[in-house]
Amino acid sequence: MASGVKPRVKVPKSASAGGTVTIKTLISHKMESGQRKDSDGNIIPRSIINRFTADFNGQNVIDVTLEPAISTNPYFEFEAVVPEAGEFKFTWYDDDGDVYETTKQITVS
Amino acid sequence: MQQKSKMIGLFAAMSVVGGAAWAGPDEDQLTINGEIAIVTETAAPEHMANVKTIYSGWRFRSDETQAVQMDDFDNPGMLGVENALVDWETADGSEGKSCASCHGASEEMAGVRAVYPKWNEEKGMVTTLEMEVNNCRETRMGAEKWKYTGSDMTDMVALISSVSRGMPVNVAIDGPAQSTWEQGKELYYTRTGQLELSCANCHEDSYGMMIRADHLSQGQINGFPTYRLKNTKLNSVHARFKGCVRDTRAETFSPGSAEFIALELYVASRGNGLSVEGPSVRN
Repeated sequence: MASGVKPRVKVPKSASAGGTVTIKTLISHKMESGQRKDSDGNIIPRSIINRFTADFNGQNVIDVTLEPAISTNPYFEFEAVVPEAGEFKFTWYDDDGDVYETTKQITVS
Repeated sequence: MQQKSKMIGLFAAMSVVGGAAWAGPDEDQLTINGEIAIVTETAAPEHMANVKTIYSGWRFRSDETQAVQMDDFDNPGMLGVENALVDWETADGSEGKSCASCHGASEEMAGVRAVYPKWNEEKGMVTTLEMEVNNCRETRMGAEKWKYTGSDMTDMVALISSVSRGMPVNVAIDGPAQSTWEQGKELYYTRTGQLELSCANCHEDSYGMMIRADHLSQGQINGFPTYRLKNTKLNSVHARFKGCVRDTRAETFSPGSAEFIALELYVASRGNGLSVEGPSVRN
């Protein structure tokens, strides 16, 4: 597992049924591009988060492909419609095969 | 996304109309998390002869960079604060103590950042927050000291700063600290390097102007440690001093040296009255 990787998400605790909420996510990750060289001239191997998805009650909300030019600690902010109470599931896919997951519950009023 | 690009377009159009080399500080107001009001502009302390108003570096940054500091979730500097919170509660060294063993919750440190660097009676010298952290580690915890500008140290200073956000910087420059302060002032106005630039040449005479592609601030340190977008990490005051002196093409002083301690006290005193902001976000 890559070191220092920690996902963080911010989802409101409740929303009005059918309303739109703003979701913020950030994962601490060095996002090594694979373009850089170390002091000996050897290429530092690429190590990035290459895909990020968010699902709500099993339905996909957003599915992002990340490329090497994206900076350290990738941050996403997006909106989602919340038709009913349920669970958001966020997933980050690392180049090294690791998968990081976080879930957040939301209620409707 | 579309809305945002429209906004940027509008700002671009406005600055073309403005058209002057003078580019700030802007008029934006900083509130963090919608609750911590930050003073980013105030009357200069009496000892400053050449500047009437002091501004936080936040006021010189673009709207996009400013926005990142307005919410702790968005602020990547808070990742360092979270790391430090783990260290805060983890026992280290021969005494089996953590920071929390003596100090309690990290919030107990509120107000500490605002008054450092500060005269240490026991040591008979002005000490910085970093030195006090290492002092605790070595003498109270029996742990190895941290590298002065290392990430463990800078994260810890960011944690201690974060609980003082919104409090006014108020370092003492009289009494036993005065001679150190005088030494720092001397350094501030001394030209160094092949470019023969002093701190004052850029940060007092030319703030608001562009230095190549960057926007010169007053060089205030109320926002340190600072998360810089250019190196995507928290940067300590002395690391920044070193970078600045290097940029004058001089041999620099070392982080933690007597010279930089004095300079930190003097530069901090130029920000007396601004709010503690660290960890701030700059480009």
